[in-house]
Amino acid sequence: MSIATSITVQGSYRIADKALFDGVSLTIPAGQWSCLLGRSGVGKSTILRLILGLETAGQFEGAIAAGDGKPIRGRASYMAQSDLLLPWLSLRENVVLGARLRGERPDLDRADAMIAQVGLTGDHAKKPGALSGGMRQRAALARTLMEDCPIVLLDEPFSALDAGTRADMQDLAARVLKGRTVLLVTHDPAEACRLGHHVNVLSETGIAPWPVPGSAPVRRVDDPGLLHAQAALLSHLRGAA
Amino acid sequence: MNRVWYPLCAGLLGLGLWQAVVWITGAPHFILPDPWRVAKVGYENRALIAEHTLVTATEVVIGLVIGSVLGALTAIQLAASPRLARLTLPMLVFTQAVPVFALAPILTVWLGYGMASKIAMAVLIIYFPVTSAFHDGLTRVSPALLDLAETMGASPSRVMRRIRIPHALPSLASGLKLAAVYAPIGAVIGEWVGSSKGLGYLMLLANGRAKVDLMFASLIALAVLTVALHKAVSLLAQRLNEISRIE
Repeated sequence: MSIATSITVQGSYRIADKALFDGVSLTIPAGQWSCLLGRSGVGKSTILRLILGLETAGQFEGAIAAGDGKPIRGRASYMAQSDLLLPWLSLRENVVLGARLRGERPDLDRADAMIAQVGLTGDHAKKPGALSGGMRQRAALARTLMEDCPIVLLDEPFSALDAGTRADMQDLAARVLKGRTVLLVTHDPAEACRLGHHVNVLSETGIAPWPVPGSAPVRRVDDPGLLHAQAALLSHLRGAA
Repeated sequence: MNRVWYPLCAGLLGLGLWQAVVWITGAPHFILPDPWRVAKVGYENRALIAEHTLVTATEVVIGLVIGSVLGALTAIQLAASPRLARLTLPMLVFTQAVPVFALAPILTVWLGYGMASKIAMAVLIIYFPVTSAFHDGLTRVSPALLDLAETMGASPSRVMRRIRIPHALPSLASGLKLAAVYAPIGAVIGEWVGSSKGLGYLMLLANGRAKVDLMFASLIALAVLTVALHKAVSLLAQRLNEISRIE
């Protein structure tokens, strides 16, 4: 993996002459987790797509740049709410999908190491249909790790999981993605306050930073600072809705 | 067990209804022969029916293979180029407004009385269903999956080969199952218009000589051929579905 870099997003986004967000300025520090919250439809996933260089419905005016001045494309991997595993491939084949799609020879030994890292050793030959929801998200995380990108963009990757599995996945993701520049788009204030070195709230008027607890992530679920921060953040989001 | 019993019971029920209609209407055998008579005539003419069935089966299988390959290649090409699809798909739909049956005399003039015109009929009749079904499958891949592939640096041709085509195999299977039923219709219509071989020709010949029992026997041979073909294609379709393993 190359050295993690920061990312800055500055600008406005319009869809058919209507501003989705205006004058946004977001800095995602290198090697840390930044979380982005906001009500549905405010443009959280759009920011993520813009960073990834994916097609969007509207027009962005501004600049998106990495701190080291190099292009972001090719150095960012993506994990979505849905695991996006191909049902006709085995877990291991799914993990090496990126190499196959680029026409490279996949490193199966490394894939097995990634599978082991997410705790799925012994399941590498199984098809996604034989895995539980939590196992599938672990497999998607292994696929993300296999890309070995210094920038990782996560779009609500744990939101479809039950509470226990979600907490386990948060711990696992924080452990295996340590040292990378991570942007987590989430609806869950508790998740943001638990995982984020930085929390940002997006609204039509821009992005505002939200104070995080003093303890280091991943924070304990019963951390009083975490409980206070998530309650305050939830109240803020409800007030903004 | 049910796999054997249900079709067997359905077959016996059909034969019973047929016999009942013969008894109730009292129709003479040269208008509506009973099942027993048809079986007898079919057995007596088994060599003749087998010879013509082989001709029709050859036309149908060749037509099915060519039509399926052409349809699948067209679908891939259209899915790879949305602009081409926007231009071509309306034309393809428009061609379906022309009854394929009406083309049979023209094809006979162009390609002659041999197998070629019947194969062309079978190809024409299955080309659209295969193209349409496969194209639907190829273009219905989750946008999120395509986004993921893009972030991984995939080329469009690899996305086609490794994601779109495997994803669309169940749709192709549906198109092929339809094609297996349509292809014999195309071939037989071609034979009706002009031929000296095949089940369509044999039916016309029997009709001209008022041998309705032989017509029925030929018709049953055609039905058996179609069912066998559908069964074979269904097995292939099942295999395609297993490969994709869509939950």
